[in-house]
Amino acid sequence: MSGPLPRWADVLVIPLINVALAFLVAGGVVALIGENPLAALRVMIEGAFVYPGSLGYTLYYATNFVFTGLAVAVAFHARLFNIGGEGQAAIGGLGVMAVCLTLDPYLPGVLVIPLAILGAALFGGAWAFLPGFLQATRGSHVVITTIMFNFIAAGILVWLLTGPLIRPGQSTPQTRNIAPDATIPTVHEIARALGFEASSSPLNLSILLAAAAAFGVWVLIWRTPFGFRLRTLGESEPAARYAGVPVPSMVVATMVISGALAGLMATNAVLGAQEKLVNNFTAGFGFTGIAVALMGRAHPVGIVMASLLFGALYQGGTELSFAYSTLDRNMVLVLQGLIILFSGALAHMLDGPLSRLFAPRRRLPSTP
Amino acid sequence: MTEAWIDAMQILASTLRLATPLIFCAMAGMFSERAGVVDIGLEGKLLMGAFAAAAVASLTGSPWAGLGAAIFASVALALVHGFACITHRGDHIVSGVAINILASGLTVVIGIALFTMGGQTPPLDRAERFRPITLPFADQVADIPVLGPLYAELLSGHNILVYAALAAVPLASIVLFATSFGLRLRAAGEAPEAVDSAGYSVTWLRYRAVIITGVLCGIAGAYLSTAHGGGFVREMSAGKGYIALAALIFGKWRPVPTLFACLLFGVLESSAARLSGVSLPVVGQIPIEVILIAPYVLTVILLAGFFGRAIPPRALGVPYVKER
Repeated sequence: MSGPLPRWADVLVIPLINVALAFLVAGGVVALIGENPLAALRVMIEGAFVYPGSLGYTLYYATNFVFTGLAVAVAFHARLFNIGGEGQAAIGGLGVMAVCLTLDPYLPGVLVIPLAILGAALFGGAWAFLPGFLQATRGSHVVITTIMFNFIAAGILVWLLTGPLIRPGQSTPQTRNIAPDATIPTVHEIARALGFEASSSPLNLSILLAAAAAFGVWVLIWRTPFGFRLRTLGESEPAARYAGVPVPSMVVATMVISGALAGLMATNAVLGAQEKLVNNFTAGFGFTGIAVALMGRAHPVGIVMASLLFGALYQGGTELSFAYSTLDRNMVLVLQGLIILFSGALAHMLDGPLSRLFAPRRRLPSTP
Repeated sequence: MTEAWIDAMQILASTLRLATPLIFCAMAGMFSERAGVVDIGLEGKLLMGAFAAAAVASLTGSPWAGLGAAIFASVALALVHGFACITHRGDHIVSGVAINILASGLTVVIGIALFTMGGQTPPLDRAERFRPITLPFADQVADIPVLGPLYAELLSGHNILVYAALAAVPLASIVLFATSFGLRLRAAGEAPEAVDSAGYSVTWLRYRAVIITGVLCGIAGAYLSTAHGGGFVREMSAGKGYIALAALIFGKWRPVPTLFACLLFGVLESSAARLSGVSLPVVGQIPIEVILIAPYVLTVILLAGFFGRAIPPRALGVPYVKER
């Protein structure tokens, strides 16, 4: 084994190679199906950026992924694996609706919106509290508990949407619409109000909240005493304990913050885009957050970039179904799985060969 | 009385049919986890197996060819998991998540490319599926009180994979607890350094465990799409792999308790269908969702140590680094 990699290689080259490998294998799948991978990629790029409104969709998806990606990343830094983003986002949606359904007939929108955002974060955080608490005090592993909590959340959502919360007089499992003034304004509405041409898309001002969350996470993790303790815990639990970090309460606090970030996804999807709670609105985005966090190396800048890539993939992927009879958006799911595999589970596959490549060129005396 | 007894036998029979994929998957997970490899990718392998079985059964007309394909596809995913976790010491959970997402995408992508039916396979006809087997004399003894329905309704009339699942439990017990291979496999999950110093390869043991996991998940998948169901539909595993994982934890990584956990979760599922809309005494109507999430709630409570303690194998999820 040779020495460690130079930092620039570790931060830039390895992630890029891993993502390239994922694209290569996915391209191989497309080729096996009998289509031209480059042509399919072109269709996706046009679908993500060129068609009217497509950029808005791309950014809308990216906003979702910033929230769920940050959620996974915060937990990563404390070496906790929160797979429960899906459930926490779903319960965050309930938080939005709990505020909107009770208050929007009485309060003006400007008051309801901040409360609803708070509701999303609180509900999402609360849903992550118990897994964190159980790990901290009872030793049950947060991975298994959050998986279980995803299913429990899904069950609760179906039950509420088919029963107590269903919009009266219909049978689709969804709530009534939120009052128009209590939803987060979409970007195309604002642009039109200002006199610009704009195609409709679900992109809304939650994207600013996502940007703020990304900045906030950076400050929290690298510029506060709390973040220092969190990273210490992630580096070594015994060291953290020896240094006086209250490990159990740190675990709980980290999980709650992580869950709150996942819950905030609901402000974008529910309060900004759908304007009502529909079943399964999380659509697997909680899991996409895992891919985003791994690809972005758990750093807010990386997460924003990875979110943009995944936003483009999701929006571009929908275009595949229109252009081909043999391909559809699930190709993006394949790519997502491959990215998690190569950037996550196989992240260190190339460390050895690459560090040999980057090692100082010392000519070893060659044996004759 | 007789009516109620026949009813009870029928509920138990449907429990058995619903528990079959859980039993296969939980036994699958047991091999992997006993050897030290965490497997949250049971779900993905199950789904992949279900797709491969239905696709090949539909193309060749033979459920047995489908079963073979299911095992092949599921083992392939298991080997990817092994390559990441055993060879490259990757994070087991991350790899498992990747396997699940990969399977969820690949099954639909390949399904659309092969059949252009929106990700489904064509419905399978009788010859392409595993059919129920009527045990000898089942019809003749059905009228004998008590034992007749027990034999005719509960024991007879399942397809071969249901019986195979029941056989898998004692088989897993024997392999894990009565053979030297099983002893070494369990040691690889408890004290890999001891296995290593005894001169056995931890890597090769763990790979064999992961392959067995793949085989069993493949059979479970074939059961879903070519025995219990008549074709593949997208996401047809519907969380069963995770329920099996819960059952494995619930059974504390032991074959017989795990079997009972699978049967318990099977009862919950079969009663959920029957209880929907029925008003019970005292509690009134139970929403079907409450019954369906019960396995997850029970597992969380168990993991929190409120009834008994579930202690995983000691080296579970820890990559083994051979000393140099």
